[in-house]
Amino acid sequence: MLSLERRAVDSRAMQWASPLLALILTIITGMGIFMALGKDPVEGLTFFFLTPLSDKHGWAELGLKMAPLLLCAAGLTICYRAKLWNIGAEGHFLMGALWASAAALQFSDQSGPWVLPLVLIAGMVAGAAWALLAGLLKTQFHCNEILTTIMLNYIALNLLLYAVHGPLKDPYGFGFPQSEMFAASALLPKLIPDTRLHIGLLFGLLAAVAVGVLFARTFVGFQLKVLGQDERAAAFAGFPAKRLTLLAFILAGGLAGLAGASEVTGPLGQLVPQVSPGYGYTAIIVVFLGRMQAVGIVLAAALLALTFMGGEMLQIAMALPKAITGLFQGLLLFYLLTCDAFIHYRIRIRRAPKAVAGEA
Amino acid sequence: MDAVLITNVLAATVVAGTPLLLVALGELVCERSGVLNLGQEGMMLMGAVIGFIAATSTGSLSMGILAAMLGGVLMSMLFALMAITLAANQYAAGLALTIFGIGLSSFVGSGFVGQSIDGFDKIAIPLLSDIPVIGPVLFNQDLLVYGSLLIFILVFCFLKYSRGGLILRAVGESPEAANANGLKVLPVRYMAVAFGGAMAGLAGAYLSLAYTPMWTENMTAGRGWIALALVVFATWKPERVLLGAYLFGAASILHLVLQGLGWNSSTELLAMLPYVVTIIVLVLLSWNPARTRLNTPLSIGQPYRPSK
Repeated sequence: MLSLERRAVDSRAMQWASPLLALILTIITGMGIFMALGKDPVEGLTFFFLTPLSDKHGWAELGLKMAPLLLCAAGLTICYRAKLWNIGAEGHFLMGALWASAAALQFSDQSGPWVLPLVLIAGMVAGAAWALLAGLLKTQFHCNEILTTIMLNYIALNLLLYAVHGPLKDPYGFGFPQSEMFAASALLPKLIPDTRLHIGLLFGLLAAVAVGVLFARTFVGFQLKVLGQDERAAAFAGFPAKRLTLLAFILAGGLAGLAGASEVTGPLGQLVPQVSPGYGYTAIIVVFLGRMQAVGIVLAAALLALTFMGGEMLQIAMALPKAITGLFQGLLLFYLLTCDAFIHYRIRIRRAPKAVAGEA
Repeated sequence: MDAVLITNVLAATVVAGTPLLLVALGELVCERSGVLNLGQEGMMLMGAVIGFIAATSTGSLSMGILAAMLGGVLMSMLFALMAITLAANQYAAGLALTIFGIGLSSFVGSGFVGQSIDGFDKIAIPLLSDIPVIGPVLFNQDLLVYGSLLIFILVFCFLKYSRGGLILRAVGESPEAANANGLKVLPVRYMAVAFGGAMAGLAGAYLSLAYTPMWTENMTAGRGWIALALVVFATWKPERVLLGAYLFGAASILHLVLQGLGWNSSTELLAMLPYVVTIIVLVLLSWNPARTRLNTPLSIGQPYRPSK
């Protein structure tokens, strides 16, 4: 009979093998889905994983989609390391996009070099404030952060919709719910000319490195880790749990807010209702898949950025629904958690213990 | 406000509260066994899309309901495999189920967006529906509203008076003690999770077959999450879930009422009311952690591995 047995020591090999195993299982399942839909599985996988990266523009688009995922995931890593279940990156992102847009439109007749930094800071502050709200609800009122951050996501989305239908709506936009285009002074500089890739990707990479340093080298990072592993130990050591909690939320909100600000000042150049295809939620998968480590998060962000492009490619090339992106992401996370169980447990083939009892 | 308007508002409140009641009752049973399933939103969406597809392709609403409940159960078994058998973190497993459910339901339902179906009709119960105000509110509703009230009574009696309810609660309070007394902890938890899945599937089907008879992506709009808050609000007691579901139902139609009364506020601002109300309720309930701890099933969120 098969049974699970707790390992004496967690398996380090499994820790890193698990994401790869999950990816392989997802690809196998994906092939099954293609076959069930009557499509050639090899062709489908090629369109999903390889075709989007066949030229310079493809790679630039990958970087473009990695930027918000990296920023959101870096912030969430801080929270998850401290076992704070912040699901609110989507809301922080949307508030960042909203207030960065408000700032950019405010300065639309200005051309100084200070405009862009101010716009980005507006986004960061808005994201941080939105996250701080959830943090305060947790530290002051003991509200479960999962529920409050989810609710705040929905509220943020409605605020953004209100803004593009109301105060920030372009009066000459033929009634479309979107803002005016921003002035050139409020747009992020390009990283590679002739593509849409902007310096937001650098923000993302920098954030991943910074979070890595935070946990590897700093005392605050150590305190956050202890808080996550054993709340009582943190209390005995005299670590300020409330302040650490608020700090984690503020950092996560600021980074996700910057992601939102980079999205409106980067590829979009204006505020639109569909500013996020769910970057804030996908970032949760990035964090788990990337093992909460800087290098892992960068690799995971690249993979999940590719799933957004692969979904679009399949829609164009094989007339499959774009929602295949979400299905792929969900499968990946599901398999990952299943494989993760074998970090702590191993399968043992057990003989029935009856025989031993009989001999005695 | 005149009597007709009040009656209409109350009737609409019951309708809006019904999906919340169903999903929250399922989650309540699940949490009472010590398992916190954050996958409600994903299971509801699968119920909604499967129910809709089954009903449109067979032409039978009851087939839709059955398929939706079965879909919810299958989804919940994925969660149970991770959270119970593999002893994974329940938060992460539930989140994974929701993310998976959102993706899968959008994928499966992509060919059905924009279609409509003849949903459940209202059935007036003779005599009872003639009572002023209460009659039309409670006794002139669709079949699923009556079903939800029946399920409420069954869950209430099961938890309070039956041996099964006692076993369920024992497992939730102290799986070690329950195991020592010869109770099978894991099968009990599996059954509780399956019930939660069936209820979430049914709640989803209520949305796509009765409330707004059609399928759209993410049509649950956070109701699965609101239901989780509702269980906390109800301090894990079914009678308070009933009350809470209608209160939250009222909050979710408040914007329609206000617009009907001539309030000229923006639709988007009013649409966030249910979420704001949920946060306010959470604050009012949770500010005293001692009281919360008193009511919470003791072993909630902790995986249990029987030691042999």
